[in-house]
Amino acid sequence: MLPGTAPNYETVIKLNTSKAIIAGSGFDTWTFRYGFDISLPLYSQIATGIDNTQPKQKSYLIISTQQNIPDDYLAELQNIASSSNDLLLLGRCKTESNRMDNTKRCEYTTGRVFNYPDILKEGLFCLVVRSARLTQSILMDILASQCIPIIVADTIVLPFNSHVDWHRISLYIPEENIKNLLRIVHSVSKERRGELFWQLRWVYERYFASIKKITLTTLEIINEKVFPLAARMYEEWNMPEHLYGPVNPLFLPVTAPKSPGFTAVILTYDRVESLFILIRKLVKTPSLAKILVVWNNQKKDPPPSSEWPVVNKPLKVIRTKENKLSNRFFPYDEIETECQLTIDDDIVMLTPDELEFGFDVWREFPDRIVGFPSRLHVWDNVTASWKYHSEWTNQISMVLTGAAFHHKIWSWYYTYKMPAEIRSWVDEHFNCEDIAMNFLVANITRKPPIKVTPRKKFKCPECTNTEMLSADARHMSQRSSCIDRFARIYGNMALKPVEFRADPLQYRENSGIPQLYPDIGAL
Amino acid sequence: METCFDFSKCGDDPKVYVYPTDGPVSATYRKVLSVIRESKYATRDPNEACLFLPAVDTLDADPLSSEHIPDVAQRLSRLPHWKNGRNHLVFNLYAGTWPDYAENALGFDSGEAILARASASETIFRDGFDISLPLFHKEHPERGGAAPAATANPFPAPKKHLLAFKGKRYVHGIGSETRNSLWHLHDGNNLILVTTCRHGKSWKDLRDERCDEDNKEYDKFDYEQLLSNSTFCLVARGRRLGSYRFLEALAAGCVPVLLSNGWRLPFDERIDWRRAVIWADERLLLQVPELVRSVPPERILALRQQTQLLWEQYFSSIEKIVFTTIELLFERILAHRSSRQRDALIWNASPGALGTLATYGDSRAHFPVAAIAPVAPPAPSPPPIPLPVPSVPSTAPPPTLGETFTALLYVQATSPALHKLLANIASSEFCEKVVLVWDSERAAPTLKTLPRMVGDVRDPLPVVVIDATTHYPGEGVSARWQPLWAIPTAAVFSLDGDAPLLAEELDFAFQVWQHFPERIVGYPARSHYWDEAKGAWGYSSKWGGAYSMVLPGAALVHRAALALYGAAAPALRLAVRRARNCEDILLNCLVAHYTRRPPLKLAQRRRYKPAHHRYRSSWTDPEHFVQRQSCLNTFAAAWGYMPLMRSILRLDPILFKDPVSTLRKKYRKMELLTS
Repeated sequence: MLPGTAPNYETVIKLNTSKAIIAGSGFDTWTFRYGFDISLPLYSQIATGIDNTQPKQKSYLIISTQQNIPDDYLAELQNIASSSNDLLLLGRCKTESNRMDNTKRCEYTTGRVFNYPDILKEGLFCLVVRSARLTQSILMDILASQCIPIIVADTIVLPFNSHVDWHRISLYIPEENIKNLLRIVHSVSKERRGELFWQLRWVYERYFASIKKITLTTLEIINEKVFPLAARMYEEWNMPEHLYGPVNPLFLPVTAPKSPGFTAVILTYDRVESLFILIRKLVKTPSLAKILVVWNNQKKDPPPSSEWPVVNKPLKVIRTKENKLSNRFFPYDEIETECQLTIDDDIVMLTPDELEFGFDVWREFPDRIVGFPSRLHVWDNVTASWKYHSEWTNQISMVLTGAAFHHKIWSWYYTYKMPAEIRSWVDEHFNCEDIAMNFLVANITRKPPIKVTPRKKFKCPECTNTEMLSADARHMSQRSSCIDRFARIYGNMALKPVEFRADPLQYRENSGIPQLYPDIGAL
Repeated sequence: METCFDFSKCGDDPKVYVYPTDGPVSATYRKVLSVIRESKYATRDPNEACLFLPAVDTLDADPLSSEHIPDVAQRLSRLPHWKNGRNHLVFNLYAGTWPDYAENALGFDSGEAILARASASETIFRDGFDISLPLFHKEHPERGGAAPAATANPFPAPKKHLLAFKGKRYVHGIGSETRNSLWHLHDGNNLILVTTCRHGKSWKDLRDERCDEDNKEYDKFDYEQLLSNSTFCLVARGRRLGSYRFLEALAAGCVPVLLSNGWRLPFDERIDWRRAVIWADERLLLQVPELVRSVPPERILALRQQTQLLWEQYFSSIEKIVFTTIELLFERILAHRSSRQRDALIWNASPGALGTLATYGDSRAHFPVAAIAPVAPPAPSPPPIPLPVPSVPSTAPPPTLGETFTALLYVQATSPALHKLLANIASSEFCEKVVLVWDSERAAPTLKTLPRMVGDVRDPLPVVVIDATTHYPGEGVSARWQPLWAIPTAAVFSLDGDAPLLAEELDFAFQVWQHFPERIVGYPARSHYWDEAKGAWGYSSKWGGAYSMVLPGAALVHRAALALYGAAAPALRLAVRRARNCEDILLNCLVAHYTRRPPLKLAQRRRYKPAHHRYRSSWTDPEHFVQRQSCLNTFAAAWGYMPLMRSILRLDPILFKDPVSTLRKKYRKMELLTS
């Protein structure tokens, strides 16, 4: 941790290390072997005694507590401190005994005495300047105090720089720019200050807080070199989920290609008649690639193949082992397209134009749920809980999966990555699988679903106004409690209401130009 | 950089000086020079330059190559500003020659010059100083470039082969070992690894006992087919560490599996390659099948998307490769001067570093991103400042997640329509400020505030009037987006002075835009089409089923997009200045080019036709259309492709034109006024 000694202070340990990897602190860019050595923090005993409390307001913009700042840099700093209150410049206290007291710092100009390291917490930014050595142990004291470090040390190799992004927790000022300290600090925006500040403690506690953490981090980095597949991504190293949220698995900004179309997945139990009507209607949609019937009835066999409608698209029946609602979201191998349409077996009122348009809308927003019937969540002040709302509203926050397009990856997430608590609740209560799917996607993407044009009388039990009848009242109140429960499990209300829906460009217009999707929206 | 680079020559807007060409230059290097000369980075004055680019072709240092240019060393040293290479940028694709292909054999002493080089190895690469380049073909397009091939994201990827390689085998000499062993892995089905010794003049003399069999397998497979039908593509080192197939695999969306120990990947200073490639080890070749089999499908999905993202942002043309090189360097300079740089996620996500001005903001919250990340809670407030600050603090741009917008009006004459619009703006719920750009020889109106409607208790709406003729002389129509300093919000509602918009329409548009801050969101849509007869792009205001532009005569745009407009290439700006027109088309092209997404059109109250008036009677003028058509073609030529993208949808209020009582509708006036 402390290579070299006076007068030269070499930046790397003077041993014949041969082919050994050197994990050390104090490297500069000349001695650090990129991709091989590991840069360590200079451990500080003082830092381990600093707790994670913070004052409500910081008393100083910039604090410097370092006692060994080189003379010419100190002169620059004194110059700044004499003309601005933004910099609190502290140094060694002059005691009679000439004894070093590391728990006290004194202001150069006034001699005021401050306690170290407590004073560090009073600063929004804290300076750490190169001295005879590049690396200073106060860096760790500063991190632990959640004071944003300003590092002034040319050619320094920062601790764990191959994995920890220091741009997210510090400012770096070239030595020749130390005179511009104030200008640079003033130019840091409010938003960046917030990001730096909140990131600091998280990074410190994860990688630097103890010898154990430092050692484990070192081993982790070596592990990643040996097994590149085990490597964690930048986000995992540097972006705490509590600050930035999860990572969207669909991040490429594209309009999905029209070919090879979509796969319709129909969950059915025993409504064979309407199932067959649906199949006959579905196959008229140009971009439909395949129909998958998920036969969720274990007591009854599906009709023999001779009774099924003869259609010009592939059709496949999958029998499930258990009558579970979640079966509609299993990522079946038979779904070979990226887009799937989940549709209830009684949604027979959608026209081919409507479905084709829905698919085209999905193509423009391939990471969202795009569908027809929509719902809204609202906060009920009386009961202090979330409520499910299905009346005609000016906002929507959910699209029901009784008729909706989504990327197959969401089915995979639903099955393997969604909190198990939610999935088992859905299967036990035979309700809310669609709400769960909306939460899942909204939580990961932070994007609302897209509702597509037609206002129809959807016949499914919870889609029409009949759902307000007393028989369905329990079902409805259950859905309200689902929203409440899921919001609690995710720790926030992931759903966001929006005021727009997608219509064809010429919807309800008489421009004289032929419509691209003529048969849309008729009741 | 601190040792060998003179930062003092680089101000806030650093420039590149390209020496005049005298002497032989290869076709590729000519393209490199020309993209810089025509870029916003270029200066003709060496005295104001921060970076110098020799017109001496240093790309190919291999004397055996036909592209090799002799006497490079002498010509470099004769450059008037060379000074041992200080602040010079030197490109090199091929170093060394047969048999050892020594990396430091460049044929000249680069001195203190920064080397942008392909095939760099860890041992020779000067971290933080040199720049690693990709190896690209002679045929690599100067501009534009092929769009990503794999825009579909099926999960899991249904590919025919798991891993593929088809290429030369050297039999002997440096780099031959890895490729010579590949046949061990070939299984003819899942793993296709075929090589041939049939290259060079004397392959028959050098061949070994495997050559005949290898050649037979080799001929069974087509290279292009393999690229598009495999999940992974092996990128094995050649004589040098880099190879063409790295970019080829990237373009095809075939995830590169690297067998090239010690190679510094292109632009790895900022590009995080862990997201797009798999590293294997040349010494552990036989473990490669196991390695690729153990990559989980969700990782493959992410890797493949990232190949496409990176290809499109940084590699698909020489222009992008060269611009990325310069942006890397200029970002170092910015970091040195102002201690700020782009966030790692800006480099490795859409729209990327070329679509983000490094100087614009210092937080992700300042830039438009498709998925709005939660903003970090504020840091504890700093103390109030009792003493005057010695230097003026520079103002940071506003964060994206704002609650309000600024109306930015472009006005050439007062009219009843303008007064109506101003009244509507004043009753908007979300408008924070009006900035009125006055572009007319008549005196600008004096207007400080807009009164609210009767019963509206809010303070009057502040207005700033900016006279374009005095503030931005010679800028022409581009002046309308210049006064960013006056705009305190990320959301900018760009409006023609006579745009017939209701307060309701303003507010609805803003509500939608908040979900799509990276796009242009607004009302008047236009489209482009390919005119077969003329062999040129056409411009149309009569859209049928699709549109590709939303005119910022009535649209919301992110403030950062307007900043990008200000930094657009000189040729583009010049076209607008000459035509005194097309600034709206250019903005659409710019946003589409960087975001690769179409704009969004909103509910149609009625056909948007700006009222006819004296100064811009252009809409009925056929000349105007011809001009806009020609702009479109100029822009497409400057970018090397047509950046506009189409959309088939329109976003309407939820209950728009639904047969329910208007009383239930929030945006009911938009319907009531339908003509």
